[in-house]
Amino acid sequence: MEFIQLFVSGLANGSVYGLIALGFVLIYKATEAVNFAQGDFMMFGAFITLWLTNTEYFGISFWLAAPLAMLAMGGLGYLLDVTIIRRMFGQSQTAVVILTIALGFVIRFVAGAIWGHEPQTLESPLAHGDLAVGGVVLGMADVTIIVVTALLTFFLFQFFKRTKLGLAMQASSQNQMAAYYMGIPVKRVQGLIWALSGVVAAVAGILFASKGAIDPNAGLLGIKAFAAAVIGGFGSLPGALVGGLIVGVIEPFAARFLPAGYSQIAPYALLLFVLIFRPHGLFSQVRTKKV
Amino acid sequence: MRIHFKTSYNHDIRLFEDRFTLLKYAVLLAFAISLPFLIGDFYLGETTNVLIWAIAGLGLMLLTGQTGQVSLGHAAFLALGCYINLILLDKGVPFIVSFPLAGVLTGVIGTIIAIPALRLHGIYLAIATMTLSILADDIIVLTEPWTGGVMGMFPPTIDIFGFEIERWTTPDRFYYLVLAVTVACTLFYRNLLRSPLGRAFAAVRDSEVSAAAMGVHISRTKMTAFGISCAITGLAGALMGYFSGMVNNETFSVVISIQLLMMIVIGGLGTIHGAFFGAFMVAFLPQGLSIAKDWVGSGSVAIPGLETGVFGMILILFILFEPQGIYGRWVKTRIWFELFPFARKDMFKRQKSYLKTERLR
Amino acid sequence: MSLLEIKNATLKFGGVTAVNDLSFSVEEGEVYALVGPNGAGKSTVFNLISRFYDPVNGSINFDGHDLLAEPPERVADFGIARTFQNIELFDNASVLQNLLVGRHRHRKTNLLQEMFFTPKVRREEIAHREAVEEVIDFLDLQPYRNKMIAGLPYGVRKIVELARALASGPKLLLLDEPASGLSVEETQDLRWWIDDIRKQMRITVLMVEHDMGLVSGVCDRVLALADGAKLAEGTPAEVQANPAVIEAYLGVGAA
Repeated sequence: MEFIQLFVSGLANGSVYGLIALGFVLIYKATEAVNFAQGDFMMFGAFITLWLTNTEYFGISFWLAAPLAMLAMGGLGYLLDVTIIRRMFGQSQTAVVILTIALGFVIRFVAGAIWGHEPQTLESPLAHGDLAVGGVVLGMADVTIIVVTALLTFFLFQFFKRTKLGLAMQASSQNQMAAYYMGIPVKRVQGLIWALSGVVAAVAGILFASKGAIDPNAGLLGIKAFAAAVIGGFGSLPGALVGGLIVGVIEPFAARFLPAGYSQIAPYALLLFVLIFRPHGLFSQVRTKKV
Repeated sequence: MRIHFKTSYNHDIRLFEDRFTLLKYAVLLAFAISLPFLIGDFYLGETTNVLIWAIAGLGLMLLTGQTGQVSLGHAAFLALGCYINLILLDKGVPFIVSFPLAGVLTGVIGTIIAIPALRLHGIYLAIATMTLSILADDIIVLTEPWTGGVMGMFPPTIDIFGFEIERWTTPDRFYYLVLAVTVACTLFYRNLLRSPLGRAFAAVRDSEVSAAAMGVHISRTKMTAFGISCAITGLAGALMGYFSGMVNNETFSVVISIQLLMMIVIGGLGTIHGAFFGAFMVAFLPQGLSIAKDWVGSGSVAIPGLETGVFGMILILFILFEPQGIYGRWVKTRIWFELFPFARKDMFKRQKSYLKTERLR
Repeated sequence: MSLLEIKNATLKFGGVTAVNDLSFSVEEGEVYALVGPNGAGKSTVFNLISRFYDPVNGSINFDGHDLLAEPPERVADFGIARTFQNIELFDNASVLQNLLVGRHRHRKTNLLQEMFFTPKVRREEIAHREAVEEVIDFLDLQPYRNKMIAGLPYGVRKIVELARALASGPKLLLLDEPASGLSVEETQDLRWWIDDIRKQMRITVLMVEHDMGLVSGVCDRVLALADGAKLAEGTPAEVQANPAVIEAYLGVGAA
């Protein structure tokens, strides 16, 4: 019974990591840029929802606030691409990495300036009560997170497979130049990818905030999501999710069964292990360069 | 603009390209030596801090700027150098031995760590090294019997044959020690750049295939770069330990790693000047901010995250408008004055290279 | 014995056979060309010699060494230098530095000596620079000596790559499409240079080239490839007249 409880709470955490990792991978696939600020996007999305929902601020309905936050984060993602990231076209990946780290710092600062540094709790309707299934008591929030993540992943998958825009995104991710020749507006598609990853980050943020308190440093969670994305192999969407679930599930078990001090090492140790033996992740896409 | 008529190969090889440059650096060194007589203890301490950051920056610059291997984990090597030095001192080894040994051992460990990292490229290497830096914190706690864990360690007074050096009581002596290490590291760095190994580093950075085709041993070169880089960083770490007066698991956090990388980017990747310019930026930013806050009139209000936030904004502006960092700006300004009034705007036009996919290796 | 001898080399990428049971040998002092349609496996042969790819079977012998037993970095040590189809220069370094990297196989100093820049390092450096200066003179690169590669026009880059290969003082020079993207005048210069490389420097040249004018002008022997296999071998005129070659280039029935 304990096993199942640990497993489910791990899956719930893992879903959040997985969603953030999904954001990383979306952007990486489309632009080869790695958005180190994805965790901070998540934090910002959570705060916007909290700002709109909580009675001490605006106090509007959660069901209205959540889509608004998603929209806002989508807009923010698009805006960042147009104003900053697009200018980086043609520069090295490293420059983009450092840029997005800096962006994360700025977002964290802005969030701190607006909402303060005290941890705050989202008044979320998702967080209430427990679910008892055959003697196993599961947190309602955990279950909701898993369900929402599964749904979102399903829709994203369908989006990429069936819609014209999704296909265009895939095409421009695989070969920018060829996609451009085929008449795909690569720049706009890239902007939309950033918007989409902003939306995904907002969802991750709302789910995360439903489980516990958030503060401007919550974005550092992104590092774990990073581990997830790498374990899954950076170029693979399902890989990112699986990586997130792996990291999420390992954590509670490590905390339960490993001596104190070793447990928080577990996800990172796993990451290093994967990198050493599969340098490009479990579901890698790397081929040898042709000269 | 100065014109050089080169008459011998030595001309190209020597450290200073003409007498004027030599004079410039001689004046700079003389100024650095006379600094303790010119400024108060507080600013001397700050300058010492700049130099220590510059040494660490040189270490990372060699790896990232010269060899093109991005490390987001160099704080781990700062910590390693610091703790090796302190543990050796604790075991009764004199400073004159323990300090260089700290550098060498950090270099050796760095080389060993480089072996699995050799297969990693670009972003994957950055993540792996960042993970290392995160783990360093936990490892320091776990190895408490040696490192003192969360309680930390307190660096003793430096004793070189009875000559005592301490950060607070004799800041001038400590400054000279740091200055000597800085000059030595800079000279080593410069020497490497003008010899085959330095060129091999650049070759590995710019094109691994053609470097291999020219007979550059890729993995050995990367390991050497890691080793030297970590050694220099280790020395900086040991000095940083003395500077802060107390070290524990949080002294060398992953934030320091990130800050170090950002520092060399702001300074100007791939240049020695860049490490120094960047160090000035990092060390004096907090001062500058507190002065600015006084000026606005909110001097006493603490704003958490302000420093990193402002740092981040400055970095974004640099990457967008001056990717070659402060050093790039410096060079352009100099050329502008040398050519005055003939400098044209398009002389400094950036060469855009189009995205080479990094998924193909 | 031949300088370079490739026997029964076969290379497969997944299901595609890139090089199919290919054998040929290059004699010392000759200029030998590989020709063939795109995708015939010409560059792949170069990459086999450079040890970037491992053949499934076959052997590659150079100057008495079994190349397949060596890692890629050792190939240069034996005296093989090459250029690349899509220029692979060190973009953030000057022309001079690029050529000096070409001298890397002659490095005789170690890390410690270089750190302290001992007199030996200085002597070696001067020797490297003398060698490089000769190449610069030979290829008329003086105006570009201290320019960064990133700002140079395409034609100059091609020549810098040739210079870098020459700077290493090779026995065998592999040129991968040296004339592609060059103007008529530059191609003419290249032709004279290749002649001089062979006659004055006594370097054997193996090249991949599409420009049949250049090939018939400078080459002693030509090997025509199609789908990774040998189609014809002989003097440029013989190969050009070979019906199988014409068919491979122009399609069935054209002959």
